[in-house]
Amino acid sequence: MSAAAHSVVEPSSTSKRIAGTLIILYALISMIPLFWIVATSFKTPPDSIAYPPKILFTPSIEGYCNLFTTRTRQTPEYINALPPAESFCDETVRKRNMVIAGPSNFLPRFLNSVIIAFGSTFCAVFLGTLAAYGFSRFRVPLADDLLFFILSTRFMPPIAVAIPIYLMYREVGLSDTALGMILLYTAVNVSLAVWLLKGFIDEIPREYEEAAMIDGYTRLQAFRKVVLPQATTGIAATAIFCLIFAWNEYAFASLLTSGTAQTAPPFIPTIIGEGGQDWPAVAAGTTVFLVPILVFTVLLRKQLLRGITFGAVRK
Amino acid sequence: MQDMTSGKPVVTDTTSTILDRAAEAAARATPDTLAKKVRGLSDRMVAWIFIAPTIVLLLAINIFPLIWAIQLSFTNYRANRPNEEIKNVGLQNYSRILNDADTWMAMQATAHFVFWTILLQTLIGFSLAYLIDRKFRGHAFWTTIILVPMMLSPAVVGNFWRFLYEPQIGLFTYIVSFFTGIPTTDILMLSSVKLAPWAIIIVDTWMWTPYVMLICLAGLRSIPDYIYEAAEVDRASNWRQFWSITLPMALPFIMLAVLFRGIENFKMFDMVNLLTGGGPGSTTEVASITLKREAFEKWRTGFSSAFAIILFVAVFGLANIYVKVLNRVKSR
Repeated sequence: MSAAAHSVVEPSSTSKRIAGTLIILYALISMIPLFWIVATSFKTPPDSIAYPPKILFTPSIEGYCNLFTTRTRQTPEYINALPPAESFCDETVRKRNMVIAGPSNFLPRFLNSVIIAFGSTFCAVFLGTLAAYGFSRFRVPLADDLLFFILSTRFMPPIAVAIPIYLMYREVGLSDTALGMILLYTAVNVSLAVWLLKGFIDEIPREYEEAAMIDGYTRLQAFRKVVLPQATTGIAATAIFCLIFAWNEYAFASLLTSGTAQTAPPFIPTIIGEGGQDWPAVAAGTTVFLVPILVFTVLLRKQLLRGITFGAVRK
Repeated sequence: MQDMTSGKPVVTDTTSTILDRAAEAAARATPDTLAKKVRGLSDRMVAWIFIAPTIVLLLAINIFPLIWAIQLSFTNYRANRPNEEIKNVGLQNYSRILNDADTWMAMQATAHFVFWTILLQTLIGFSLAYLIDRKFRGHAFWTTIILVPMMLSPAVVGNFWRFLYEPQIGLFTYIVSFFTGIPTTDILMLSSVKLAPWAIIIVDTWMWTPYVMLICLAGLRSIPDYIYEAAEVDRASNWRQFWSITLPMALPFIMLAVLFRGIENFKMFDMVNLLTGGGPGSTTEVASITLKREAFEKWRTGFSSAFAIILFVAVFGLANIYVKVLNRVKSR
């Protein structure tokens, strides 16, 4: 490498190559658990607990069948007397001397996750946008203290909050309801939403609204027609962050929901087969649950830094 | 903004527009507060209408329960016996917690967990950031890949790690035994008193190192090139440059990551609850697990409220420092 060819701050090509190799190595190793989740979801139960662990195996969707159904054991005579199997799942299950008894709870739990995550995200982003605009554009008395108060609620230990919330929800009849969970997640997410969105709105020049207001817009019209369209990217990024939090949340969900409003995270670990955890079914549930997050991560990659520092670090 | 000026509201009554404009012109000439009153809602009103719903929600869902918890912490209330008479026990719950050997064990387990996760994540995270900052080809793609674990649900993924940790059939045990020669049946990651605390540290480090890395990377990138150029002119060695430029300038960012991970791991619940549930015995019983056992298994609501308040005060103190660092980083 010639000294004249590269800038003093540009790393040499050897150091780049070493850095690249190490990073790729780390990335691949850190992907092993995820690879194993997906691989296990396509294994049969015997394959999944084989020793040594099987890297090559014949793929099967038995895990997914078991995830979505409940099954009962029957005698071979009973199964032989049944009409021919209607679906692939039927057939797979019968090979293990079982018949499908009905759908499992996975789908309703998954839908609960969807409803609660989207509901709370919508509310948090709605409230957060308003408050962020308020803090960004007006001289609010004690603004710094209020902002700190808003952020500090996010740091509360969930179990500590859950004790009085449990009692409060029991009093007002919100225990194990989607509405209760939406309210709770909105409260947790609104702190992130206010901080993130304040950062985004701070970046929109005030002159735009001032010009609009001189042209006859009221403050509210200027907010709706000038600021909101400019803040779309920020609002979308904030929404995805809120969505991911609500989607992944476990502590509140496991303590405050048990039946009708239970979300997927507390449900997935309870999937059991005969004689212990049904790992292919758990892996299948985990895979189904993680795929949306993977998509969101890719969409968000440019805003991630901002999201995890409450909007403080922007590059 | 072109589309904006052309999209102004259609006002049929021209005189009112003219009046409005006159008012606006007058408003601009008058002090700020007066200007706000000229048109419709005053800005102060708008500000409160915008901010109030958020504050009200947080008061209802966070502060009201907190006050309730404070009140309960002075009683012997048990949530599973709502009809029993509630007795005021004063500071007894607090004094019992501070003198209780079990809670000190829990605090020790938490400290062990927090210390090692932060140490490992900072070392590995900073190294990764330093390597990525060499800007090799494809670094953006690999950075995204590395970031994936931190986006996932700690509960759902933590639960799956139980499978990886299974003695015999688990992939993790298999790989460890492959490289060390220790028989797989002897690697009891989750049921051995010695290994279980490390089992949760490994999963947390796997998940959250990317977080530290991402913030460190921002720190490294915030250092302007000309400082290195100046150092190069002064013939400072790479080693010297690292210790007197790179590290000090990235330090606020590292602090930010360390504080946030510290707070998060201090209140860690989901991953540990699913991996070990606090076991074996109470070797991995971190503070939140103790709290959950006291509150939702033993139903000692008053006692656990007192414990919750103590945890909350500790976290609040840390959060205060965090926000100070955050504001310092922000001004960069």
